[in-house]
Amino acid sequence: MESMETKGVALVTGSGRGIGLACARELARRGFDVCLNCSSAVSLERTAGAAEAIAQEFGVRAHAVAADVSDADAAKAMVDEAVQTLGRLDVLVNNAGITRDGLIARMNPEDFDAVVDVNLNGTFNCCKAAAKVMMKQRSGRIINMSSVVGVAGNAGQVNYAASKAGVIGITKSLAKELARRSITVNAVAPGFISTDMTDALTEEQREAIAGRIGLGRFGEAEDVAALVGFLASPEAAYITGQVISVDGGLAI
Amino acid sequence: MATIDTVREVLVENLDLDPEAITEEATIESLGIDSLDMAELTCEIEERCDIDFGEPAGLATIGDIVAHIDSLQ
Ligand SMILES: NC(=O)c1ccc[n+]([C@@H]2O[C@H](COP(=O)([O-])OP(=O)(O)OC[C@H]3O[C@@H](n4cnc5c(N)ncnc54)[C@H](O)[C@@H]3O)[C@@H](O)[C@H]2O)c1
Repeated sequence: MESMETKGVALVTGSGRGIGLACARELARRGFDVCLNCSSAVSLERTAGAAEAIAQEFGVRAHAVAADVSDADAAKAMVDEAVQTLGRLDVLVNNAGITRDGLIARMNPEDFDAVVDVNLNGTFNCCKAAAKVMMKQRSGRIINMSSVVGVAGNAGQVNYAASKAGVIGITKSLAKELARRSITVNAVAPGFISTDMTDALTEEQREAIAGRIGLGRFGEAEDVAALVGFLASPEAAYITGQVISVDGGLAI
Repeated sequence: MATIDTVREVLVENLDLDPEAITEEATIESLGIDSLDMAELTCEIEERCDIDFGEPAGLATIGDIVAHIDSLQ
């Protein structure tokens, strides 16, 4: 495909698969150069392959970086590498996330900390590193992956719900902090989306959940990516500090 | 490099200020430096001068900032 003029540079964390990969693809489709990220060197080859495929398909530049976002130094090094390789940073999508479900009686502190470390501290680490670059640029978009669970809670997910509610707190505060620099910060709250994360559910659980969703089915990663693409677009310049659900009517 | 020059350089680079306007006597307010600018300036100065700027109170002029940085070196 012929290369088009770049719309800017987007970094998507945890983008080796699932919603993150769909977001990277959607941003590339919209003309952004993209930087993919996976948590460790083990999956770097596969993620670099995904980046290469995106570059081919959409005629943009694509790069892959291995970095554990819960490690502040690694997160900063990742942002630096993205800027060094692709020249600037216009969009950060904080998508990396994990679950370690269990009822509180059976949830040990390590399970709580691990989820908060990646989902909440990881978001903070990447926001901090990216904000520095975007403040200098006087522009930027930060899009944080929260969850309906962060808004409404969910039995068996106190760790995950706390981390995703925390992400909303970061989003609203940072939107206020960075608005003067023309940087918008929003959160996306997916409902149940078919990915590896929800593959862990049993068929029975899936059916029960689908029954609670207005549209009667799980969403696709592309449904979330479409909103992320919009929030990164010029049309969304006046939207900041918002939490927008993509949940097929689960939360209404 | 004299501290004032470092401060001037950082301000010019990051905030597009006129280098001539950045004198010891100039007030932070008159230069239009807001709290976000200060946070940016502080981070940059910390990196360049390898200091921990802290949260000093009562900085009003560029001279105050310079004196504070010098007191840490
Ligand atoms: N699938 C859903 O139903 C759903 C619903 C609401 C929110 N979400 C959120 O969407 C995001 C993506 O989830 P998904 O469904 O695609 O799950 P997924 O498990 O397929 O993808 C998560 C990605 O994050 C990466 N990751 C994990 N820890 C990391 C770390 N420390 N550093 C860097 N990368 C790391 C993983 O390697 C993986 O590529 C997550 O934040 C998740 O909480 C998902």
